[in-house]
Amino acid sequence: VKGVRGVGSWLIAGLVLLFARGTRARREERAEPPQASFPPSRAAERAVFALLGAASLAASGFMVVYLLGADTQLLGLALGLALAFLAAAALVAGQRLVQQATGVESVPDRPAEPHVGATVEDVAVSRRRLLVATAGGTVGLVGAALILPAASLGPVLEIERLRESPWSPGRRLVDEDGRPIPAAELDIGSFLTAFPEDAEPRALDASVVLVRLGQDELDLPAERFDWAPDGILAYSKICTHAACAISLFRYPLFEPTSSEPALVCPCHYSTFDPRRAGKVVFGPAGRPLPQLPLGVDGDGLLVARGGFSAPPGPSWWGVRS
Amino acid sequence: LGNYSALLGLRIVITFVLAAVLAGADPAAAEDALVREGHKLYVQGCISCHGSDGEGVAPGAPLGAGGIHGEGPPLRGVGAAAVDLYLSTGYMPLRDPADEPTRSTPDYTREEIDAIVAYVVSLPGTGPGIPEVRPARGDLSEGFEAYTSFCAGCHQSVGEGGMVTGGIAPPLKDSTPTQIGEAIRTGPYLMPPFGEQLIDDRTVDSIARYLEFARDPPDEGGWGIGHLGPVPEGAVAWLIGAGALVAVALVIGKRAS
Repeated sequence: VKGVRGVGSWLIAGLVLLFARGTRARREERAEPPQASFPPSRAAERAVFALLGAASLAASGFMVVYLLGADTQLLGLALGLALAFLAAAALVAGQRLVQQATGVESVPDRPAEPHVGATVEDVAVSRRRLLVATAGGTVGLVGAALILPAASLGPVLEIERLRESPWSPGRRLVDEDGRPIPAAELDIGSFLTAFPEDAEPRALDASVVLVRLGQDELDLPAERFDWAPDGILAYSKICTHAACAISLFRYPLFEPTSSEPALVCPCHYSTFDPRRAGKVVFGPAGRPLPQLPLGVDGDGLLVARGGFSAPPGPSWWGVRS
Repeated sequence: LGNYSALLGLRIVITFVLAAVLAGADPAAAEDALVREGHKLYVQGCISCHGSDGEGVAPGAPLGAGGIHGEGPPLRGVGAAAVDLYLSTGYMPLRDPADEPTRSTPDYTREEIDAIVAYVVSLPGTGPGIPEVRPARGDLSEGFEAYTSFCAGCHQSVGEGGMVTGGIAPPLKDSTPTQIGEAIRTGPYLMPPFGEQLIDDRTVDSIARYLEFARDPPDEGGWGIGHLGPVPEGAVAWLIGAGALVAVALVIGKRAS
């Protein structure tokens, strides 16, 4: 709603900028007859119509490309062209169409001459109403093109599929080179990024951070008691605030004179406590990091024992915990 | 009798000479001397927070010198790497145990550091020794990759340093290759330690090599802007871009009279 209101204000501001120039000046009382700053030009008028049409076309093209789910570079090109054409139309209209000279209003004590002359716009623009309508339509189309991508923000009501992830019971964890991770390889205080074996590693719901802490330090809820073999914990690497990658891990050498262990997001410093099930201890994140239950298979390799405890990724409409 | 006393005198002389030669040549004796020297320095500068014989001082201990609560981790089994890193970077000694250690001029000379290292290593327990890091052995692109995976999150892509909540990730411009290796193995202050399983010795060499390269990175794009990444770059883009827009507006517009 806020965004829509913002776009509305911009629309009004744009229209005012385009067509209201000189209205304040017209209210001033001047004796001279209106002087056109340049001769009326049909060519300029046609150019403005053409540019507005091109802007509308580009804006419509943007929407079509977006709905077809095509290349983002085409999207950028279309939107860029739409804005450029709109700007060019405004420029030509300002420089060659809308007169900069001031008109004259009737002076109250001289009622005999209500108008010294026709208003300047009447002189310069032959199809004023058509021009205003075209400009309004173009601005509307460009505005619609700007708002439409909000549809990409995600599902509004149907959020169950956000719970799905490539993780399932028995799925092995691999490092960024695709190598399975032996549990014995992680010393206390270790920090490593891991991915599901044979799955797209770049997916938002795939990557996890692995940390190993002292088993006696852990303070997990009872139902997650066996999720951390040998004190090895896995949490979604994607911050629950704005989906940045959790790439910072602090592990104190001596906790009494520094801080407790924490996973930290570099974007806005959301700080999560890995010992207490990913609880938020600082920063803007609104919910804990989703935890992945871990196990160790017969070969001593780390495996998942199920999916995440909550939908991974940033918080969204129905995803609050 | 005269013969006998002369023989005795000779034996005494030989014993003394031998003892002196042995004391000078015997590495164990030299080591003992170093440990004793280290112990002396330890008692003077470290004991109030790290306790006698490196036992550590638990929170809530009585007030020490200067009205400060001595409080510090045990040093048994921390290994030579940790002691050498903390002393050669000037991280220790701290004025207040709650302070965050920051790089400063070391309080101790190289010889004194060696002595304290020898003393701490002589305590019970074992830990990582001082690594032998040779950047020349490493591979630059491998180092860049490993640095990006393990270090850049906190220390930034060219080692300019950064922040975590509760601490500062220091810039790495002044770190020697040995200090880089020591920090990787011991994890000073809030940094997690990385064992040989995660970062092997060859990769440590490569990371040190990358950091030598990053000290003076080639700025293909021109102006490095402090090598701090997107924030200053964005600020510069906005300032220059916004300036250009104002200039364009001045060119195409006219001031209302």
